[in-house]
Amino acid sequence: MEKRVVFRSAWLPYALVAPQIAITIVFFFWPAVQAGWYSFQLQDAFGERTQFVGFENYRALFADANYLQSFKITAVFSVLVAGAGIAISLLLAAMADRVIRGALAYRTLLIWPYAVAPAVAGVLWLFLFAPSIGIVTFALRALGIQWDWVLQGDQAMLLVVIAATWKQISYNFLFFLAGLQSIPRSLIEAAAIDGAGPGRRFWTIVFPLLSPTAFFLLVVNVVYAFFETFGVIDATTQGGPAGATQILVYKVYYDGVKAADLGGSSAQSVILMFIVIALTVVQFRYVERRVQY
Amino acid sequence: MIENRPWLTVFSHAVLIAGILVVGFPLYVTFVASTRTLDDILAVPMPLLPGDQLWQNYSTVLGTGTTRGITSGPVARMMLNSLIVALAIAFGKIAISIIASFAIVFFRFPLRNFFFWMIFITLMLPVEVRIIPTFKVVADLGMINSYVGLTLPLIASATATFLFRQFFLTVPEELAEAARIDGAGPMRFFWDVVLPLSKTSIAALFVIQFIYGWNQYLWPLLITTDESMSTAVIGIKRMINTGDALTEWNLVMATAMLALLPPALVVMLMQRWFVKGLVETEK
Amino acid sequence: MKLTKLAATLAAVLLCASQAHAQVEIQWWHSMTGANNTGVNELAAKFNASQSAYKVVPVFKGSYPESMTAAIAAFRAGNPPHILQVFEVGTATMMSAKGAIVPVAKVMADAKEKFNPKDYLPTVTGYYSDSKGNMLSYPFNSSTVVFYVNKDAFKKAGLDPEKAPKTWKEFMAAAQKLKGAGQECVYTTGWPAWMHIENFSAWHNVPIGTKQNGMGGLDTEFRINSPLHVRHVAMLGDMAKKGLFTYSGRRNEGEARFASGECPMMTSSTGAQGTISRTAKFDWSVNFMPYHDDVKGAPQNSIIGGASLWVMAKKPAADYKGVAKFFSFLSSPEIQMFWHTSTGYVPITLAAYELTKKSGFYEKHPGYDLAVRQLTNKAPTDNSKGLRFGNYVQGREVIEEEMEAVFAGKKEAKAAMDDAVRRGNDILRKFEAANK
Repeated sequence: MEKRVVFRSAWLPYALVAPQIAITIVFFFWPAVQAGWYSFQLQDAFGERTQFVGFENYRALFADANYLQSFKITAVFSVLVAGAGIAISLLLAAMADRVIRGALAYRTLLIWPYAVAPAVAGVLWLFLFAPSIGIVTFALRALGIQWDWVLQGDQAMLLVVIAATWKQISYNFLFFLAGLQSIPRSLIEAAAIDGAGPGRRFWTIVFPLLSPTAFFLLVVNVVYAFFETFGVIDATTQGGPAGATQILVYKVYYDGVKAADLGGSSAQSVILMFIVIALTVVQFRYVERRVQY
Repeated sequence: MIENRPWLTVFSHAVLIAGILVVGFPLYVTFVASTRTLDDILAVPMPLLPGDQLWQNYSTVLGTGTTRGITSGPVARMMLNSLIVALAIAFGKIAISIIASFAIVFFRFPLRNFFFWMIFITLMLPVEVRIIPTFKVVADLGMINSYVGLTLPLIASATATFLFRQFFLTVPEELAEAARIDGAGPMRFFWDVVLPLSKTSIAALFVIQFIYGWNQYLWPLLITTDESMSTAVIGIKRMINTGDALTEWNLVMATAMLALLPPALVVMLMQRWFVKGLVETEK
Repeated sequence: MKLTKLAATLAAVLLCASQAHAQVEIQWWHSMTGANNTGVNELAAKFNASQSAYKVVPVFKGSYPESMTAAIAAFRAGNPPHILQVFEVGTATMMSAKGAIVPVAKVMADAKEKFNPKDYLPTVTGYYSDSKGNMLSYPFNSSTVVFYVNKDAFKKAGLDPEKAPKTWKEFMAAAQKLKGAGQECVYTTGWPAWMHIENFSAWHNVPIGTKQNGMGGLDTEFRINSPLHVRHVAMLGDMAKKGLFTYSGRRNEGEARFASGECPMMTSSTGAQGTISRTAKFDWSVNFMPYHDDVKGAPQNSIIGGASLWVMAKKPAADYKGVAKFFSFLSSPEIQMFWHTSTGYVPITLAAYELTKKSGFYEKHPGYDLAVRQLTNKAPTDNSKGLRFGNYVQGREVIEEEMEAVFAGKKEAKAAMDDAVRRGNDILRKFEAANK
């Protein structure tokens, strides 16, 4: 897509893009290059001694069962967050699409969690599920369930999944609602005339037409689960217990900042970069195709 | 509706109400906790009706921060920091993205595509992926614990540039043609034509970027070590990280309410622009 | 008109700036919270009031790991603080950073301040001194693990509140009785690795690692999968299964549970006494840690935790005299007594300990001197001087991860401790390679 009418100037366009490019270079590319550079080195905490060690940091990472487990944890976490987030918001959007009265009110009341920072969402749910004083803990105990996420890794995972998903529901909801509302009524009416009930109509017509949105949201949710949930983890479990909630991005932070292992953390950063690139490529290639729908 | 199925309508409303309750429950509990004394909260289970400590808790937290245990500094200061960061990021992002986008769409110049791809690639480099080196760059530039350090690295963004690019591509050719014929330079065209047309996009972006800036976590965590530079979101986390004393949950919850109120208000009041911006940005 | 106003303002600003220069500012980054934070500010204020050449400026920089990260970044950017409070597990990292720190012994000698290591408690100084006995950092806030008992709960369960369990056998018996009397939580701990591995080893005179727990060289290896260690961790895992041990977390989350009355027995830092005395609504006592009475040599002595003050390099030479004066000030018995009695951290000089004893403080607050008595129970051996492992922040977390797996019933103690040793040694080797 190009414009026919354009301006020409020797210096103006450069001046206009300069701020963005400058910041991009200083704060994006230069650090990314450095991450790559550090990943090939072994340094002490204060940077007084550096040794070039080639791929040693990478080799050590892939030989580390904990790092590999981090991959698994991140995958599980992403699938749960994306899956639950999409399913629940789809249900809510489908219902909101049906009702005419109060639609705006429902929408208003469902979208505000988007404004909550992931870390704050984590804190809210942390409070509800706190082993000693949490309301939900109390209710669970009354039902006979021993809730102690500080020790039980599965429970800790459940806690962070709930906190992370809760926040994303509103985002997904908006997209699904917009998608549902853009489906031509004529299609649905035609199916109704043919005798299809609401359930069949949904699965045979609505859902397939919604699938581009769903796929798009899937990618967005996975990226969200990979990166933006750092705040959730840090505010609640800090990767524990026993690494049960240590997602990849948290490990990068922990190794780099708390353990002062610059080489290992940088190697992890580089690996994460490749993962993001893959995800972004998928997202953009797919979105390009979506436009043709 | 297509056919009249009252049961289904009732069911729909029921599901939606249930959804709202589930979504709103944590907020309600937080609010109740922020109006109670610490002893009320520690006496499990906490009563589920609001207490009478609203004024005390909020004024304590705003004025002095948490008192026992982890001293946090006044939350009012943190809110101010969050506000400055959010506004700086929102305005900064919009400003540099709109001019960069304008240049890329309305000009032909060598390296145009190269710059476009450079900006595109930043999508693949979220801050989490370049934490330590970016921190080091900021440290070397002496920007730790400063507003500049908190905001500058975050204002180069591909999403804003893309939104404007999408939008600019829909600006009718005739307008640019008319400007050329009138002998108006590109900047006149920008100020008089493009900018006014972009108002809705700018509003939409403002909402999203304000929330983005306000809710920043990892970056402020790394580069602010001074209490006085904490943002509201970071402040909450620092109040919980156990020191030598009990977490003052009532004050923590009050801070949480304060931390989520401004962005929530922005979202709800500017809902129309927000929804438009969200659905548009992601294309 | 405007120009003269500007000039006047400029002159005033310059004047102010030059005024500030007359007094040398000493930047002190610390991580003390709550009452300890107040104590730090009071110490600085007292010092500043006692002389006018130097001004100590304490700055709270977040938790120990956060503050250390900030200092490393500041050092790399050429602007570190003068004094940095570093927790004990960071000792090896700081010691190896030879270009980044100035040993305290050197600072004191250069400034010709009186400084005799023999005035200090040996367990305390040994931790922070090099192999030649030169003190590298200033032991500011040292604590040790003690055993807290809720006397009221004991009474209710039919146990003698004045007789806290001395051995782990007695402990188990008391635990069973408390459980039987209806206690949901019976025992919890703060700082699990510090208590049940590090102090446990010292208390029973067994090594945590080779080479005097790392003090003798970077090529040290962990030894925490010995039969005694495995037996102890297995015991804890068994207790967890039976509901006799409730895990609270890796830091001091357990202290809140004791102070609230939820758990009647707890092992954690002496530093918790300040908070507990202010919040607990029951009668409580502080006691020696329990030990296994079938281990020869137990009980030996406990080791310290807490933090010390390191002096950073690359500051103007004249500033270090101020730092030295501040450390002398901190070592005076009166100041030591103030710090000790208001926080629960141990006094680091014998003179301070004697002064506090004479003042009758320990009669009114039994338990504050217990820490010192436990630290000096016997003359320290190679196994009980302390520890010095590189990257021990990570190392401790690894140990705690493995222990958590045992407490959750997911792993057997032997497998967990073997893994802890293996992973811990990997970390030690990495540190050794980076600091050759």
